Amino acid sequence: MTHHTRFTKGIKRQSAWDLADNQVTPESVFKDRRSIVKALGLGALGASIPGYVQAGLFDFGSNKSTSTFTTSPLQFSQPKAFAIPDPLTPENKITRHNNFYEFGTSKQDPFDNAQAFKVNPWSLQIDGLVDKPITLDLDDLTKRFALEERRYRLRCVEAWSMVVPWVGFSLASLLTEAGVQSSATHVAFETLFDPEQMPGQKNRLMGGGIHYPYVEGLTLQEAMNPLAFLAVGLYGKTLPPQNGAPIRLVVPWKYGFKSIKSIVKIHLMDKQPPTSWNQLASHEYGFYANVNPEVDHPRWSQASERSIGEGGLFSAKRIPTQMFNGYGDQVAGLYKHLDLRKYY
Amino acid sequence: MRLTPRGLWWLKGGLHIAFTLPILYLVYLVLTDNAGGDPVQYIIHYTGMGALNSLLAALAVSPLAKYLKQGLLLQTRRLIGLYVFAYATLHIAAFISLDLLFAWGFLLEEVIKRPYILLGALAYTILLLLSVTSFMVVKKKMGKRWQQLHNWVYLVALLAPIHFYWSVKSEIIEPSIYIVICAALVYLRKQKLVKYLPKR
Repeated sequence: MTHHTRFTKGIKRQSAWDLADNQVTPESVFKDRRSIVKALGLGALGASIPGYVQAGLFDFGSNKSTSTFTTSPLQFSQPKAFAIPDPLTPENKITRHNNFYEFGTSKQDPFDNAQAFKVNPWSLQIDGLVDKPITLDLDDLTKRFALEERRYRLRCVEAWSMVVPWVGFSLASLLTEAGVQSSATHVAFETLFDPEQMPGQKNRLMGGGIHYPYVEGLTLQEAMNPLAFLAVGLYGKTLPPQNGAPIRLVVPWKYGFKSIKSIVKIHLMDKQPPTSWNQLASHEYGFYANVNPEVDHPRWSQASERSIGEGGLFSAKRIPTQMFNGYGDQVAGLYKHLDLRKYY
Repeated sequence: MRLTPRGLWWLKGGLHIAFTLPILYLVYLVLTDNAGGDPVQYIIHYTGMGALNSLLAALAVSPLAKYLKQGLLLQTRRLIGLYVFAYATLHIAAFISLDLLFAWGFLLEEVIKRPYILLGALAYTILLLLSVTSFMVVKKKMGKRWQQLHNWVYLVALLAPIHFYWSVKSEIIEPSIYIVICAALVYLRKQKLVKYLPKR
């Protein structure tokens, strides 16, 4: 069957992580099988999944697979602490509903425009206030640190959300290896700047008016929090470009725009770094950008969110948004002395 | 060459096709899985743009008829106007059913709190009034007041592109262009509209 069923029951499939579906089956057969299953309406056999049935005619579920970018399976552990019960968002929705303005402002643009993206060679530099500046190449990203899977809720500032199985390593483990100096207070991140590959950086109309390269930042305390994560994979394989290949940040208690994609630079500094959306509209997007149902975006409510899961058009749910996206236990302490209305 | 009644009939047929095809195309895109992994925002944006573009077309008719000296063209306005309403209805239906998922309490809160949704709701209310009074029978019954009511379309022409401008996160170039075009189309009616301004 398709990828997503293996996750929904919370049972770890035996060594599912050693081989991906498309590795054990030749890709053409794999695709054909999916369309045959779909054509016979056998998708409905997944009826144990709520929402699948009502999706009915409008289930545009799992037959689309025209990505040409090659991803490869990863080896990783699955720490229990990060295995949340929330059902995962299907892979084909996670990879085809993206905000990555470097490839266009529509949700489907990154999928359509990023398939030829080159991640090899890659160079990620960690520098600034560190004892040992590090440069990681593409191989290092998946080999230098022990990889683990973390299932995180992702809450977009546009009031939709997904549940994503990331693969990667904690930001803290990288920063520790670089040796953060005691004068450092903040961490700045920068996305690749390559207008030849990223049409949104070349053409203002396509890139939504953002100043490129995209930059983001965290306080050092936030960056050292065990939840702060560098993802190199998704659904057991290396990241596709539209999701931020080859390496991206994931900060699950903050709005999605903080989780910067395709990072080339991590810079330790002693002041708050500029961040892209804050530069563009500071009254709408703060530096902290913690998920907070009580502080509305000036133009829309943040009290609830459309949860994107299995099934077709009518199967989504509107659920209440949780403080810190449900990660309050782990991160609320960081903000004890901060007025979250002022520092949104 | 003058537009004949028969020519008008063909023109209307062509317009029906032109305004229906994009809707069928959207259905095709969604059913074939080509409107994105989660097509909700796509559908809402697509139908909103459909409403706005139809509105531009509706507003362009009378300046065009004047310029081409083709009075019969004016008879396409009702048809086009009803498509504006149809697209706007799809736009709102998609918002309520697919985005809000029928959370009515939440909808009321949204309309009250969010200025851009309030503008959209106001524009839609006007379009609704114009549509239900678009029948010949009603028009005759309303007499002079009919034209007065239907002049409110110029307010829609200002509200709709501002609603668009206000709703986007950052890409303001396109909505700005719409504001300029709509303002220009309203400006063409300035002589007709100054009457409504308070006299000094």
